[in-house]
Formats: sequence, structure tokens, C-alpha cells
Amino acid sequence: MLDRPAARDSQLEAALRARNLWDDALAAADLLAVDPFGLGGVVLRAPAGPVRDAWLVRFRAGLPHGAPVLRAPCDVGDGELLGGLDLSATLAGGRPVSQRGLLARADQGALIMAMAERLGPTPAAHVAAALDRGEVVAERDGLSIQSSAKLAVVALDEGIDDDDRPPAALLERLAFRLDLAPLSHRDVDAGDGLPDAALIRAARECLAAVAVPDRLIEALCAACAALGIGSSRAPLLALKAARAAAALGGRRIVDDDDAALAARLVLAPRALHLPADRGDDEQPADEPDQPSAEDDAAAGQGPDQPDDAEGEVRTLDDAVLEAAVAALPPGLLARLQAGSPRLRAGQAGKAGDVQATVKRGRPIGARRGDPRSGVRLDLLHTLRAAAPWQRLRRHAIGQGAGQGIGQGASRPLIEVRRDDFRIKRFRDRKQTTTIFVVDASGSTALERLGEAKGAVELLLADCYVRRDEVALIAFRGVGAEILLPPTRSLHRAKRELAQLPGGGGTPLAAGIMAAGLMADEVRRKGRTPTLVVITDGRANVTHEGVGGRGKAQDEAAAAARSIRAQGHRSLLVDNSARPEPRAGQLADEMGALYLPLPRANADTISRAVRAGAPTPTPAGLRR
Amino acid sequence: MAGPFPFTAIVGQDEMKRALLVAAVDPTIGGVLIFGDRGTGKSTAVRALAQLLPPMKAVEGCPYHCDPARPAGACTHCASGGKLTARTMSVPVVDLPLGATEDRVVGALDIERALTHGEKAFEPGLLARAHRGFLYIDEVNLLEDHLVDLLLDVAASGENVVEREGLSMRHPARFVLIGSGNPEEGELRPQLLDRFGLSVDVRTPTDIAMRVEAVKRRDAFDRDPAAFAASFQADEERLRRKLTAAKRLLPTVEVSDDTRRRVAELCVALGTDGLRGELTLLRAARSVAALDKSATATMAHVKAIAMPALRHRLRRNPLDEVGSGVRIERALAEVFG
Repeated sequence: MLDRPAARDSQLEAALRARNLWDDALAAADLLAVDPFGLGGVVLRAPAGPVRDAWLVRFRAGLPHGAPVLRAPCDVGDGELLGGLDLSATLAGGRPVSQRGLLARADQGALIMAMAERLGPTPAAHVAAALDRGEVVAERDGLSIQSSAKLAVVALDEGIDDDDRPPAALLERLAFRLDLAPLSHRDVDAGDGLPDAALIRAARECLAAVAVPDRLIEALCAACAALGIGSSRAPLLALKAARAAAALGGRRIVDDDDAALAARLVLAPRALHLPADRGDDEQPADEPDQPSAEDDAAAGQGPDQPDDAEGEVRTLDDAVLEAAVAALPPGLLARLQAGSPRLRAGQAGKAGDVQATVKRGRPIGARRGDPRSGVRLDLLHTLRAAAPWQRLRRHAIGQGAGQGIGQGASRPLIEVRRDDFRIKRFRDRKQTTTIFVVDASGSTALERLGEAKGAVELLLADCYVRRDEVALIAFRGVGAEILLPPTRSLHRAKRELAQLPGGGGTPLAAGIMAAGLMADEVRRKGRTPTLVVITDGRANVTHEGVGGRGKAQDEAAAAARSIRAQGHRSLLVDNSARPEPRAGQLADEMGALYLPLPRANADTISRAVRAGAPTPTPAGLRR
Repeated sequence: MAGPFPFTAIVGQDEMKRALLVAAVDPTIGGVLIFGDRGTGKSTAVRALAQLLPPMKAVEGCPYHCDPARPAGACTHCASGGKLTARTMSVPVVDLPLGATEDRVVGALDIERALTHGEKAFEPGLLARAHRGFLYIDEVNLLEDHLVDLLLDVAASGENVVEREGLSMRHPARFVLIGSGNPEEGELRPQLLDRFGLSVDVRTPTDIAMRVEAVKRRDAFDRDPAAFAASFQADEERLRRKLTAAKRLLPTVEVSDDTRRRVAELCVALGTDGLRGELTLLRAARSVAALDKSATATMAHVKAIAMPALRHRLRRNPLDEVGSGVRIERALAEVFG
């Protein structure tokens, strides 16, 4: 009986939250339409669908009439982005014909980048350079390209989790990050489809005349510092957003509301930690899930109700910060308040990931060869190879001695011979990603944890020397946590490890499963995973996070078997005070090399990893 | 198109600015590596430097813009005889975009000439364009290792040797390599670290007033680049004169034996490998002295540049929590008292 009103409340709350989210999204669309180049653009995280389409319609409607809006696929090539030699026209015409790239053609308009979470570092770097300079400068195909490219970038992000984000170089330069994934088409009101075009045009015209009081700049910078935002692009973009908001509101001076809106839209998504003095008075534990709805609603008026007692600047700082903090998504807030260092992980690891993906088939040039099945013809290099001989060959054909591919009347414009074929070469460096799975539960006594950390540190140093990637998963309490996605940054691995606390139950199954999933993913990216599990093998928490020794052990064994089934290399380091058969059995199930810690000092482990942990044998063929 | 953000308008980041100026005064210093967070003005500083440098004379029509007074031996254009006419050009600062292919870097067959004239000709790459200037690589830590190797080789030898597609040629390529990157995204191989002359760490200023000032200036620049640049014109001009004077003074700057000995002591105390650290430090100190209009490099000049010259040369335990900076400071205090 009691839960009826509660359910209605939470429904209402959800609706309200959705409404706020959509309103913010629309506000961002309009601000971007007012100052597309200044604000850089937006990362739009949403699946393809009506919500995203509605947002895009709104944004396009705000742009000046006739402004180009172009689309780039995520595998866009340098030539398409920057422009260059139009190869077909050049070959047809026999003289160089240049072609403008997407960036140049989107000048004074917008470029929509599809599936930006899969965008490679190279195109991202080109787009970033265009955003920085407002022009495209490149030397390609013997052409000097320089053209204006003042545009906004709409990065469509269809990624699902935190690690699946557009390249950091791009994120950094786009003012807004909207997460529309929680919205459904029901939350999107058809009525607010189109902006007031006249209003936006007027705002665009008076934008340059809008003044920003110094105290607001100070408040935005202070908010950045409090939220742990290091980049100086963030306050600058927030400043521009505030100015656009003022222009849109017909004001000649930016006011507190504008600054609060900017903080909410620009700074909040970039926050790395909560302001230091907030954690205490918020009592986060009481309502970890719902600060956003209330605070969101409050944020709109937050600045309207300054605590008059304080000095003006002080309250303004607070108001701006308040607005930013209120807009933090609920899950994020909970994590921030738990003091988890996870956040840094997501984005910073990205560049490394992307590079790893590219590495699998990174072309390292072309060589002469037959384009048979299995190898890929490098068209450009083939043409390059054929190019110098064209006159000679044509001449030869003209004399009737031609043995080219085409003859007679249908003679091709370009004569390509077998000799010219170039095939692409790829380098597939078999690189290793070492995944450390550390048992940080209470059963691992504290000094044993210290020992485990020591061993991991030594291994890390070793991985550093070999340029391997490392990843770190810890399990304790009720579940496993990825402390560090695969990265080469020793720096971060060290930090995460040092911060790893101990205590709680032993959800061994969850730890092994998390490692298994990560190993699968690493393998998909073309690298070789090696698992190093450091535990005493005594599980007492099930995968669901419930206590229960028997079930927990069974689950752990099952998880271990799945590791062997996948054929991942693994190493189990037993760090119990007195080695027991339990961990050894687990190692057997996993097909792992078993190393009890008293004998396995860090050096032994390191050697074992280097030598390559054994590839598991099929069940039944036990070693 | 308005020029880049003025060098003198950059707020703070003194170490980075000094290192860049030192490299501009003495291009043989071996390049500058700038590591730091995003949005700390690394690219801005490099581009600003380009504009700051006094224009140089170059041989008209030479693809490698050789110095008319001293055409490089390896340049086929200038060695072909005939009268060389000079033109004035700004010092090139060439961006090496991430993912640039090897052929674009070293040069390749000129496809345009090949198509239109049926000629086999060399199309100079980025290295040729960077000759006598700067080659800037953002995110150098993400660059393919073989490219970094190649760049460092060319930077060290001053000559680019091309053997590909039936072309066989060499051309001069002397440039200052400037690399920047974010250490959170992966580190540079230790072997490569050592080959950079100077290494700078940039951090976001923690001082709010400085951040505010930086944001204000950048905003003013974005709104009206020309007017903003004009307001710093005098400063830029002054710094440019200082650079020119320093370049002229540099060959005559003396280092006393006592200073040499102390520099050696410092390097021994820090346990730097090889002599590159000492040589670079002395050389950099002379540039600092030249910028300071001083005829001799003193201990003060050494101290001013010791950090960037040595930071990346300490043999380190990769897990050592104590940063190189602290160790250098300690050693400086010990040796110099």
C-alpha cells in the first residue's frame, strides 16, 4: 500500500528529470547555433533514433540559412577530411584536379561525425586542428591546401560505457556533452521542435557586443578548479556559452543565470571530482540515487536565491559551482562521492585504446606484389607506381606493340601493368596486455595485500620495459571493479594500485569473470591477454554479491573454467599465508600456472609472465 | 587570416617559454619535449614561437629554403650552380600530424609531375619543409615508434636520405624537433627521451588569478585577434630583438672552467648516463646567458635551465615515487650550495 505514492513520485521525478535533460539539450542546441565556431560543438551521446533526430533538427534549424551541414563517417580518410588530389578526375583529365575536403566545405556550418566513439586518432587530430585554427592547412598530393574552416562539430557518440568515448582530443574542444541516452521519444515534445530563428539570428549579430563581468570569469575559473578541471579550454568554452546565452536572452551583459547555465552545460560533464567542502554537508549516503532531479530543478533557480549574508563574489562562485554540481548525472555523483578514482580512467585511456585498435592492421606502407585473395591492393601506391610510365606506355601502344590490360579502342586512360601492383603491408605486433586481478578482500590479510602490491609493482616495471599494456582489476566486498582499463601509462597503474584499499568479502567469481570479459575484449583488439590472478582462492561472496561459501566456491570454479575454455593464458599467484590445495585447484580449473607466494617472490612471477604463462590444455589433459 | 596567439601574451608557463626560446637561440640544442595536461597551451606556445622568430633569408626557388650565405652541401638545387637569388621568408614551423605516413614525412614520388609530364620527380616531404625551422609533433608519445626513430635520426644527422620508389636522393633537413604529449596516455620510450635536448613539464596553473587572466586573454584574442595582437606588438617586437641579439651573441659566450667543473659535479651527483646531459646543459646555459645579454654563462644561468636539460636523463626506477624534479633540486642545492 505504502509504495504506491512512492512509485508515483519516482515516476514523476523521472519525468521531471527527463524534461530537464531535454531542456538543457535544446538550450545547448540553440547556444551552439548562436556561436557554432566559438563553442566548437557537441558530443551527443545517444543511440540513433527519434530523440537524436529531434535534437539535430532543432540544431540545424538554428543555423544560418544555407549553412552547410555535412556528415563524415567514422572511418573518414585524410583525403576526404582535408581535401587533396581528386584522383579519378586527375586521371581522367590528365592534369591535377584538386578536391575540397569535408572540413573546408563545412565552413560556416557544421560537420556531423557519425559513430565518433570509433573515430581514429588521426582524423580526430585533423578535426582538432581545424577547430583550433579555424582553417585547414595541409600539404597533400603535391597540393598546398589552405582554406577557412570555421565550423561546429557534432560528434554522434553511440558508445555504451565509459570507455567507449570519442577521442580525448576531440572531447576537449567541444563545449557540450549531452547524454540523451536516457530519453525516449515520449520525452521529446513535438511542440518544441523548432527554435525561434529570428531570435537566434539576432543573438548571433549582437554576440560580439556582449560584455562579461570579470567576477563571472573568476567564478567560472574557480568552479573549474573546484571540480578538478585542468584544461584552460573548459573555462573559455564556458565563458563563450555564457555569452551566447546572454545574447540569446537579449542581454548586453552576461548575468549570473547565464554563467550558471554555462557551468551546468560545459563544466559539469568535465568534472573530475566534487568540490572539497561539499562531500560533508550533502550527506550523500542517504540518497545516493536521486540528487539530480531535485538539484536539477533547483539549479535553474539556484542563482536566483543567493544567500545574502555572504559577500557577492562568494555566493556567485557557489551558485556557479552549485549549478555544475547539480547537473552531474546521478551515477557519476555517487561514484565521485565514494571517492573512486574511476573517472579519470575512462577518457584518458582512450587514446591508447584507439591506437591499439588501429595497430592490428596498421598499414606500414606498400610493397610490390600480386593482389590475390588475402592481400589488399594499395590503389594509390599502384597508381603512383604506374604514373611515371604512362607516356612511355601510351607511346608503345600507339606503335601497336601494346600488351596492356586494355587494348584498341577501349584503351584505358591509365596503363597499369602487373609490375605496378602494390599491396598493403600491415604490421601486427603481437603485443601483450597483462591483466592483474588482485584480491583485496579481508581474508587477504593486510600485509599480504602489501606483498601482492609489491609483486604487481615489479611486474608493472617489467611491463613498462617491454612496452606492454597493463590493466588492473580488484575485487573485494560485493564485486569486482576495473581500476584501470588496458593502458601503457605506468603512472596511472601505480597510482591506482597505491590507492587500492583492502577489506570485505571475497567475490572471487566476480573478479575472475571481470578479468575474463576484459581478456576477451583485449583479444578482439588484436592483442594477447595474460591474466595474473593474485588470491588465496577462498571465495565467500557469490557473483550476485551475497555471502555463502559453498556457492561462491562453485561459482569461482565455474568462472575459472570459462577462462580455460577461452584459452586465455593465466597465472595464479597464491598469496595465502600457508599454501592450501584450494588455490591450486582453482589454478587447475583455470589452466593457470600456479605460483604460491612464499616461494614466488616478485622476480619469479615476473620471469613466469615474461616466459609466457602456459596456454591452457583442454580439460582432461591436465598437466 | 589573423596570426597565432602572441608568445608574450601567454600567462605563466615560464619554464616552457624559456626552453622554447633557448631552442630558438641555439637550434643545435636537440629539440624540446613538452609533457603536460591538455589545454595547458603547449600548441599555442609552439605556434606563437613561429611568429616571434625573426624572418630569415632563403634561396629563391629552393625547395629546402637553404641559406643563401651557406647553401647546404646536400642540396641539389643550390649546388647546381648558377646565380642564387635570396628572398625573405618566415621561419617554418611544420606540424607533423598524428598518423602521417612515412612517405609524407620523408617525401615521395611527385605524382602530379608524374601524371602530367611523365617525369620521375621527388616531392619533398615534411622534413624538407621543416629545414631551418621547427618540426612540431603533437602527441609525440602516440606516434609510431619507427617514425620517431626516423625523425630523431634525421634531426641528429641534419640530412634526409630517401631511397624509395626508384628515387635515390638526399637533402638537408636541419630542424628543431618539438614534441608534446600527455603522459597519462602513454610514455615515450626511454631511449627516445634522452635524445631530446630539453624536456619540460607543464601543469595547469593552480593559481585562480592566473587562470582567470589566461582565460581573459584568450577570450579577447578569439573575439578580435588583430586588435589583441596589436596590443602585444611592442612586447613581441622587444622579445624578437632580444632573440636576434642573443643569436648574434651566442658564439662568443664563454663558460668558465669553474662552471664546467660544477656542471660535471652536478651530473655525477645525479648519475646521468653519458655526456649528453652535461653537454646539453652547458650549451643551454650559454643560450640563457645570451638571452640575458651576458658574455659569460654563470651558475645562475645553469640553474635556470638545469631542470629541463636534465629532467629526462636521470636513470630512474620506473616506480620511483620521487619525481626527477625533486632530485635535481636537491643536487643543485648540494653542488651549488
